Amino acid sequence: MRPLDYRAPADAAEAVAAVAERPDAAFLAGGTNLVDHLKLGVARPGLLVDVTSLVPVEITEQGGGLSIGAGVRNADLAADPRVRRRYPVLAQALLAGASGQLRNMATTGGNPLQRTRCAYFQDVSTPCNKREPGSGCSAIGGVTRQHAILGASDACIATHPSDMAVALAALDARVRVLGPGGDRTIPFVDLHRLPGDAPERDTVLEHGELITAIDLPALPMAARSAYRKVRDRASYAFALVSVAAAVDVAGGVVRDARIALGGVAHKPWRAHRAEDALRGATTTDDSYRAAAEAELADAVAQPGVDGGNAFKIPLLTRTLVATLRDLATEEA
Amino acid sequence: MAPPVQPREMGRDLARRDGPDKVRGLATYADETPVVAPLYCAIVQATIGRGAVTGIDADVAAALDGVVAVLTPDGAERLADTEDAELAVLQSADVAFRGQVVAAVLAETFEVAREAADLVAVTYRDDGHDVRLSPDRDDLYTPESVNPGYPTDTHEGDVAAAMATAPVTVERTYTTAMYHNNPMEPHATTARWDTSGGGHLTLWDSTQGVHPTRKTVATVFGLDPHQVRVVCPYVGGGFGSKGTPHVNVVLAALAARAVPGRPVRLALTRQQMFALAGYRTPTVQRMQLAAERDGRLTAIAIDVVEQTSRIKEFAEQTGVPTRTMYAAPNRRTTHRLAALDVPVPSWMRAPGECPGMFGPEVALDELAERLGMDPVELRIRNEPEVDTETGKPFSSRNLVACLREGARRFGWADRDPRPGIRRHGDWLVGTGVASSVYPTMAMASSTARVRFAGGRYTVTIGAADLGTGSSTVLPQIAADALGVAVGDVDVLIGDTAHPEASVAGGSSGTATWGSAIVEAAGAFRDKFGAQPPDDAEAEGSIQPNEATERYAMSAFGAQFAEVAVHADTGEVRVPRLYGVFAAGRILNPRTARSQLVGGMTMGLSMALHEQSLVDPRFGHVVNHDLAEYHIASCADVADLQAHWIDERDPHVNPMGAKGIGEIGIVGTAAAVVNAAWHATGVRVRDLPLTLDRVLGLTG
Ligand SMILES: Cc1cc2nc3c(=O)[nH]c(=O)nc-3n(C[C@H](O)[C@H](O)[C@H](O)COP(=O)(O)OP(=O)(O)OC[C@H]3O[C@@H](n4cnc5c(N)ncnc54)[C@H](O)[C@@H]3O)c2cc1C
Ligand code: SF4
Repeated sequence: MRPLDYRAPADAAEAVAAVAERPDAAFLAGGTNLVDHLKLGVARPGLLVDVTSLVPVEITEQGGGLSIGAGVRNADLAADPRVRRRYPVLAQALLAGASGQLRNMATTGGNPLQRTRCAYFQDVSTPCNKREPGSGCSAIGGVTRQHAILGASDACIATHPSDMAVALAALDARVRVLGPGGDRTIPFVDLHRLPGDAPERDTVLEHGELITAIDLPALPMAARSAYRKVRDRASYAFALVSVAAAVDVAGGVVRDARIALGGVAHKPWRAHRAEDALRGATTTDDSYRAAAEAELADAVAQPGVDGGNAFKIPLLTRTLVATLRDLATEEA
Repeated sequence: MAPPVQPREMGRDLARRDGPDKVRGLATYADETPVVAPLYCAIVQATIGRGAVTGIDADVAAALDGVVAVLTPDGAERLADTEDAELAVLQSADVAFRGQVVAAVLAETFEVAREAADLVAVTYRDDGHDVRLSPDRDDLYTPESVNPGYPTDTHEGDVAAAMATAPVTVERTYTTAMYHNNPMEPHATTARWDTSGGGHLTLWDSTQGVHPTRKTVATVFGLDPHQVRVVCPYVGGGFGSKGTPHVNVVLAALAARAVPGRPVRLALTRQQMFALAGYRTPTVQRMQLAAERDGRLTAIAIDVVEQTSRIKEFAEQTGVPTRTMYAAPNRRTTHRLAALDVPVPSWMRAPGECPGMFGPEVALDELAERLGMDPVELRIRNEPEVDTETGKPFSSRNLVACLREGARRFGWADRDPRPGIRRHGDWLVGTGVASSVYPTMAMASSTARVRFAGGRYTVTIGAADLGTGSSTVLPQIAADALGVAVGDVDVLIGDTAHPEASVAGGSSGTATWGSAIVEAAGAFRDKFGAQPPDDAEAEGSIQPNEATERYAMSAFGAQFAEVAVHADTGEVRVPRLYGVFAAGRILNPRTARSQLVGGMTMGLSMALHEQSLVDPRFGHVVNHDLAEYHIASCADVADLQAHWIDERDPHVNPMGAKGIGEIGIVGTAAAVVNAAWHATGVRVRDLPLTLDRVLGLTG
């Protein structure tokens, strides 16, 4: 581990300035991902700017929705009665992630920005385009169980590991950002990128841009929403596949749906095609399967020395069908 | 062997003596040994799978503030004995596997040591490596023997003929994965070399045996054993991986000798434990079973293919349990090894039995299915009269009692044998059974000393407590052997300053050390009677047990699993896992239960999760941390119970106790896999039982 500087500025603007002026600076929130990366040599910042005490730590009512301060801990967000009642998918996603100890530390700003769990990315002895652009992708043809089936590129097949982010993608959340040039707001679904030929960039954030809050719009149908995470052990494992879904059903017909998928792509995958297929469809397994198949039409499985991840395509179909079935019956 | 000891303290449910200090964080582990001004040692590992180091540029690293030394194959001390290639650290430029130690840095702080290790630039000649285990390799070889000295192959009768004529047969291949022991406490040593008086080495090491470690280290460095002291009051788990010293101990000692007078700390990182501290070989088990329609086996055969390292042979005795488990007139067991460019495999909880009871116990379930016979009944029908391999009777064998008692507790009687027909909500539910076995062993030598002073008895012996309970159970044995209350006895372990003791391995620790304590207590009473003077002292050593000539000795058990498989996603949960064991006298129900439950938990991990995934292009384990290498979580299993039957065996040792540290892991994976078949109708023959395999989505 290399020596580094640590600063805890007085306010957000100062923090932004401090990071913006040093290319090797990084924001530090709960540290549950970044500190691991310091130890592994995956991240080598020269300066850490601690933002935990200067981004908002409240959840406030806003235009029928909620504004979640970037400093709100994952555990507190999951426990918030308003979130549990109005956006159960978000509370469930948070509780499906990590462990109690980690959720006590992890923050709303840090969670979506956690980096891929690709084992080659985390091992500095193996080439990785995300860690070292141009060095090659070791995952392709390697151990690919956790890797992408949607939107991958020849340069990177990593998945985004956050559960919370999948729920936020389904809920049409918006990200408030403070940067050296001022404020901006980004639709959550546009925060993360596909890898393309620049997998080193996970998001559209510029260096020095600080997430200050994540806003949830009013979305009455989200009261009937759920997060279904399928993983290799019952607890404390990242998703193989996951589904965040909210549905509005009446009289045996789906009126509207919000769906996002996890464990399948470089970003939380908003399933617009599946949503389109569902609108107006009957509440039957056949419709759900057709929606899943529409979304997964372009899915590409990765071969791998561990047997690859072709199973994810049927698994995701099954999981989406089961999640929608449960939600629809819950309503009846 | 001394006569049986009357149990008064033995058998009592006493809390662990080391518990309070552990929960309060007062127990010091090897890396926390309080020493003055330690240096920290960080390892540089090979990034090729086979070849040689052609150059090491350590200038930048050495120039860092706080770096004291960089050890390289060029500059490091020449060891006196390099016969054990695993331990011959920094003795040549050769690289035999990815992750091997190629250099080490000594620095004033842990952080600087790590940073400097990163800055050491190593260049290599890459000769290309081969780490692929396959039964189809044309270079498989036959080892001279398998661990710890069993014949490699055994043949009795004619398996092929029996297979050809039997009305019912099973012929299938089963595989177990590569497993890493992963004790919670990493392998760690604090080492100090003092030059005065011809030199003296002190190692505070996390080990399953202080004396065996001393012996190995003394040999490697050409020291007299009395120049080496190994101290180990606590061990944060070992599971076999601390049973024989690995390279880290030798490197710690070598580093300490490079800086006389200064203590050196070396703790492996979790990632390094996947290359440097042993593991269990993956196994391929081709099974053949032939049976009459009434279920009696006419043949049983297992042909095992597994791996070893090219630099040192380790031949897991996977086929051995098949030799004595069930009565079958025609038997064959064979072992073939692939020597690969991989780290050296080593001991892991129930070596041989753990992987070797997977194939047979699943095959038996498949046979039961074909026969239309209850799998418990099938096992009972094949209960041998005597040990099939040696012809000796068993000193005690209560497999049938365990099967019956387990079936009763589990509610097996009204089980519908048909697979895939029980659905509770979204879950398909099934039940399965498998047998457990583990040999009852004692090591040849161990000595204990009993001393009386100030109204208390102190027993000293260089034993180890890996969290297993020996520091609680040995006082119980000593108290009964001396005829006093357990509260009047202290037992001190974990130091080569104490009388020499054997390794905590093969579930032999309590039997061996307990026997030595019984002898010492006898000698003490013979010499001093019931009213000893202050400072009275006597020693005793374990004596040969003639009964081993006459009897085969093993512990047995039966495990019952209820498995639920999610109908949509294939997720596997284990609502119930019960084990019933017959292991002689249970010396302390509390510590015994935690050993058995711990073994079963590890077996559950093996069933559902554990696998070290090797990327053959690089040659290393890719999922080398506990976020990616999954072990069972509490949420995987709801009701986990270990029970035992009351077994009296006067032949095994004066305590009548059989080893219990390992048997719990044996058979669990088969019981779970058999239950998953019963739940779904899908027979998974390769571990782990992942959801894609249960759904039939991945072969
Ligand atoms: C063993 C383990 C298991 C886990 N399992 C799961 C799981 O199952 N599901 C899951 O979703 N997660 C899981 N996690 C990940 C965990 O959720 C994340 O580590 C956590 O959410 C990150 O939040 P943090 O506040 O600690 O971020 P940090 O580690 O402090 O920061 C992460 C990144 O975000 C940047 N950053 C932080 N805050 C801001 C901000 N306000 N603005 C701009 N940049 C910022 C940092 O510079 C850094 O690059 C697991 C983690 C571990 C260690
Ligand atoms: S998948 Fe992406 S993160 Fe993983 S090795 Fe390839 S480039 Fe790196």
